[in-house]
Amino acid sequence: MQKYSIFNLIKNSFSNHQNWDVAWRDPQPKKEYDVIIVGGGGHGLATAFYLAKEHGISNVAILEKGWIGGGNVGRNTTILRSNYMWDANGIFYEHGMKMWENLSQELNYNVMYSPRGIINLAHSDAQLNAYARRGNSMRLNGIDAVMLNKEDLKKMIPFADFSSARFPIFGGLMQPRGGTARHDAVAWGYARQADSMGVDIIQHCEVLGFDIKNGKVAGVQTSRGEIKTKKIGLCVAGSSSILASKLNMKLPIESHVLQACVSEPVKPFLDHVVTFGAGHFYCSQSDKGEMVMGGDLDGYNSYAQRGNLPTLQHVLTEGVAMFPNLSRLKMLRTWGGIMDMSMDGSPIIDKTHIQGLYLNCGWCYGGFKATPVSGLTFAYTIAQDRPHELNSKFRLDRFQKGYLIDEKGVGTKTWIG
Amino acid sequence: MLEIKCPYCGKRSQIEFSYGGDAKLERPKLGTEVSDSEWNEFVYYRNNPRGEHLELWHHISGCRQWFKVFRNTATHEILSTSKIDEKIK
Ligand SMILES: Cc1cc2nc3c(=O)[nH]c(=O)nc-3n(C[C@H](O)[C@H](O)[C@H](O)COP(=O)(O)OP(=O)(O)OC[C@H]3O[C@@H](n4cnc5c(N)ncnc54)[C@H](O)[C@@H]3O)c2cc1C
Ligand SMILES: [Zn+2]
Repeated sequence: MQKYSIFNLIKNSFSNHQNWDVAWRDPQPKKEYDVIIVGGGGHGLATAFYLAKEHGISNVAILEKGWIGGGNVGRNTTILRSNYMWDANGIFYEHGMKMWENLSQELNYNVMYSPRGIINLAHSDAQLNAYARRGNSMRLNGIDAVMLNKEDLKKMIPFADFSSARFPIFGGLMQPRGGTARHDAVAWGYARQADSMGVDIIQHCEVLGFDIKNGKVAGVQTSRGEIKTKKIGLCVAGSSSILASKLNMKLPIESHVLQACVSEPVKPFLDHVVTFGAGHFYCSQSDKGEMVMGGDLDGYNSYAQRGNLPTLQHVLTEGVAMFPNLSRLKMLRTWGGIMDMSMDGSPIIDKTHIQGLYLNCGWCYGGFKATPVSGLTFAYTIAQDRPHELNSKFRLDRFQKGYLIDEKGVGTKTWIG
Repeated sequence: MLEIKCPYCGKRSQIEFSYGGDAKLERPKLGTEVSDSEWNEFVYYRNNPRGEHLELWHHISGCRQWFKVFRNTATHEILSTSKIDEKIK
């Protein structure tokens, strides 16, 4: 593989950049693989990469029904953070944050990690107290957290509405190392490195069924024929229940559509990621100058990858309450993605009762930031046939056993979370 | 915008309603011995189909009745609605 470097850039400029290697091949599926990963989103690509890199397992195929990066990894609002209160989440996502810090070097691909800080605004005394508690829990887990008062915030986000009587700004909680990264680059960076280590990335190949013999994985049926394997890792996010149903499994998951939107580009206006505390709205400004905004789920089971206008209107009304001058912006694009909402809001990375079948799902609307650490721990779980310490709490049986990781405390009404 | 036909009030826009989830979940019978795995199934596990889905909605900003909606989760098409005790397909 050609390294991406200033020297290669100069060298290739002499041939008008016509002779760069392709970033990944377009191979025909082989008859058999050691491991098959279903789903070429961020998590599937990262899992294949770490299988090859950490465990020396490179006879791996990623089967993607569309094109890599066409799912949620290419549809999310790219917020990275580890501002969780429960240990299982805090420790897991913090490990992920540390991986983001070196990811561009590790992948030799600029993922544009931008630790611009994420600020959660508090609009009441009680909320500020709750944030102080969360911040303290974070610091006990070695995660950076800073409380901000109104005066700090006036300097940092001067365009917020500090005179609002309805949603007064009392202060906020900030994770300075939180921020954003370039979503497509994450998918492409993992794909390119995985491919270079021998992983076959097979696009336009839908998994239609499974071949299970005596409780053990034997292969998959795909739109491009049967492929044999002894191990399968499912990384299909919002489609998890559909594939599980082909294995006669039900999951503690509901699929819901989440929308996001970007405005026309404007000059630098917002340096941080900011979340509204009196509702569900967040925004950041992309490097191109667009305001990237999102909020609530549409709120009913959906596989449609598009939502309805009332939700966007509601979300943007909150945005305007926070930053009144957003009301003057034109919207450029809106889109939706299908979330695998788990019943406690936390992910599942586990083995199953079928030998050789491994499950990675339940990411809700926060799985982009987990891409590196999910890939690392899922690869470990597949290679070693047991969970890594970091995902040892993200078991499928935690629901029955009562070990929920219910960060938000909203119960099983997944569409409210 | 979804238009949902409340069986009591007629067609209204989506913003008058709130969602109540899968209408096919059956609570284990009261007064019987219920195993952990039966509770687990009922509380946490969902069929979550892509396609036809029978679900509960609440006309919260209208008559405040709960009712059933038969809807396609892949297209958002609403196939029919009915009162809570009416049988739908
Ligand atoms: C609008 C929006 C905003 C979000 N914002 C954030 C955020 O700010 N921060 C954050 O951390 N997370 C965010 N998320 C969540 C995050 O995007 C997801 O949790 C994460 O991307 C899911 O993992 P993935 O990348 O592997 O999924 P995907 O990219 O969806 O990958 C799954 C892949 O499986 C494929 N597939 C499905 N069925 C089959 C089949 N039968 N055969 C073969 N392939 C199949 C799909 O085509 C898809 O490419 C957001 C999501 C959305 C939609
Ligand atoms: Zn009504």
